[in-house]
Amino acid sequence: MNTTAPMIEIAAVNKWYGAGFQVLKNCSLSVRRGEVVVVCGPSGSGKSTLIKCVNGLEPVNDGTIKVDGAAVTDPSTKLPSLRAKVGMVFQHFELFPHMNVLENLCIGQEKVLKRGASEARAKAQALLERVGMTAHSHKYPGQLSGGQQQRIAIARALAMDPIAMLFDEPTSALDPEMITEVLDVMVSLAQEGMTMMVVTHEMGFARKVADRVVFMDRGEIVEDTQKQRFFEDPQSDRAKLFLSKILSH
Amino acid sequence: MKGWHWDGFFEYLTNAYLLEGALITLGLTIFSMIFGLMLGFVIAVMRMSKYKFLSGPAYFYTWIFRGTPLLVQLIIIYTGLPQMGIKLSVLESTLIGLTLNEAAYLSEIVRAGIAAVPRGQVNAARAIGMTEFQVMRYVVAPQAFRIIIPPLGNSVNGVLKTTSIASIISMEELLRRTQVLIQEKFLVLELFVVAALYYLVMTTVWELVQRRIERRFGRAFEAQASEPASLGEQR
Ligand SMILES: Nc1ncnc2c1ncn2[C@@H]1O[C@H](COP(=O)(O)OP(=O)(O)OP(=O)(O)O)[C@@H](O)[C@H]1O
Ligand SMILES: [Mg+2]
Repeated sequence: MNTTAPMIEIAAVNKWYGAGFQVLKNCSLSVRRGEVVVVCGPSGSGKSTLIKCVNGLEPVNDGTIKVDGAAVTDPSTKLPSLRAKVGMVFQHFELFPHMNVLENLCIGQEKVLKRGASEARAKAQALLERVGMTAHSHKYPGQLSGGQQQRIAIARALAMDPIAMLFDEPTSALDPEMITEVLDVMVSLAQEGMTMMVVTHEMGFARKVADRVVFMDRGEIVEDTQKQRFFEDPQSDRAKLFLSKILSH
Repeated sequence: MKGWHWDGFFEYLTNAYLLEGALITLGLTIFSMIFGLMLGFVIAVMRMSKYKFLSGPAYFYTWIFRGTPLLVQLIIIYTGLPQMGIKLSVLESTLIGLTLNEAAYLSEIVRAGIAAVPRGQVNAARAIGMTEFQVMRYVVAPQAFRIIIPPLGNSVNGVLKTTSIASIISMEELLRRTQVLIQEKFLVLELFVVAALYYLVMTTVWELVQRRIERRFGRAFEAQASEPASLGEQR
């Protein structure tokens, strides 16, 4: 493994939805190994689109994206095997509703990584313990609270032993009292050295564990700075305005 | 033979030949539902493909089979195809005709079911590294299946009755056997009422079964309506 090359490298990416609407404009961003990068910006600025491009859930029209040296944007790259190495957590959890918690954690291990059932189960149990959900292993997602579902979703991603984790607003669909339980799991992951790209407006999380903050607006990466600097001295007016809005309440 | 004959009615009600006819009707229904569903699934997936060479033929198929009467399809298969050197027995013609016809209708149901699985589920499945086939097999199809259980149940009810059309090509199912027996004693009304009762018993029993199935699969699972899933990956 090359330890100096970035884990995630987005270079000059352009993307259009349909013919007329450019959702990503010449975006470049790199995330080094072990780095935690927080992406924020107004609604509709293209954050979800950008993060979905990283594991090829959305195609790009132009530019290149590499994950651990493999080009996501190269049509000959086998996307499934690349995605198996990159964990992703969604705003709306997206647990598989027809499987119980344990099955949710084992399906990828068994079908994608071809692990044996007992090995997968052991891994699942260990992760359930880690996210504090041991008591719920036989429940269905519909029987869990949002915070519990999101912790399971994180565990599901971790079960694949990912080399990096992508989070798309993991707490924005949660009731306030459940946000902490999810953020706690994410903070501990960050502290263990996981490479993370996190779309969130939780600035407390950003202050605590982020290395860098990326600010997007209207499809452009407007700022990409060390977090200290982003909070204390944002360069662009757009970032200043955005910060004043989200920090005021 | 004027008036209603109770003795004749009860005799036919327990007639082994008719009962067997009802079982054949049941068999035709089960067969055409199973194979119709399999073919219907393939057609639905083709229909949802972004590739024209897949979606085009699938569209053409449903257009033909939903746009013409089953009766005509059966006659073409049984009496028309021999002209092209394809000779099929009555049973083969019936099974093929019912299956092809049912597949066209079921594919529309399957398609609606697949479209009702939220797009986010597809993304989640892809994100853990599943291939497109695995996404369908483990995530989309099971959820689509639960969504389409009610309309599928209604289809079974429909097919139970539709099989009677095969009597026209002398398939010996319940209706055909009823007509055969009429030649014996000319108890027309009694016999048709018995046949109707048999159909009614089968559809009623099915209704009870269907309710149990719906309750079973309804537990601990509710599908959230959201963006439809599209098949095949864009790059
Ligand atoms: N599949 C799509 N087709 C067309 N337009 C889309 C599609 N997905 C997103 N968009 C548009 O692209 C823009 C960026 O969307 P995106 O979801 O990436 O924004 P976002 O920054 O994540 O916003 P939010 O904070 O609301 O999640 C929006 O204007 C959105 O309406
Ligand atoms: Mg978003």
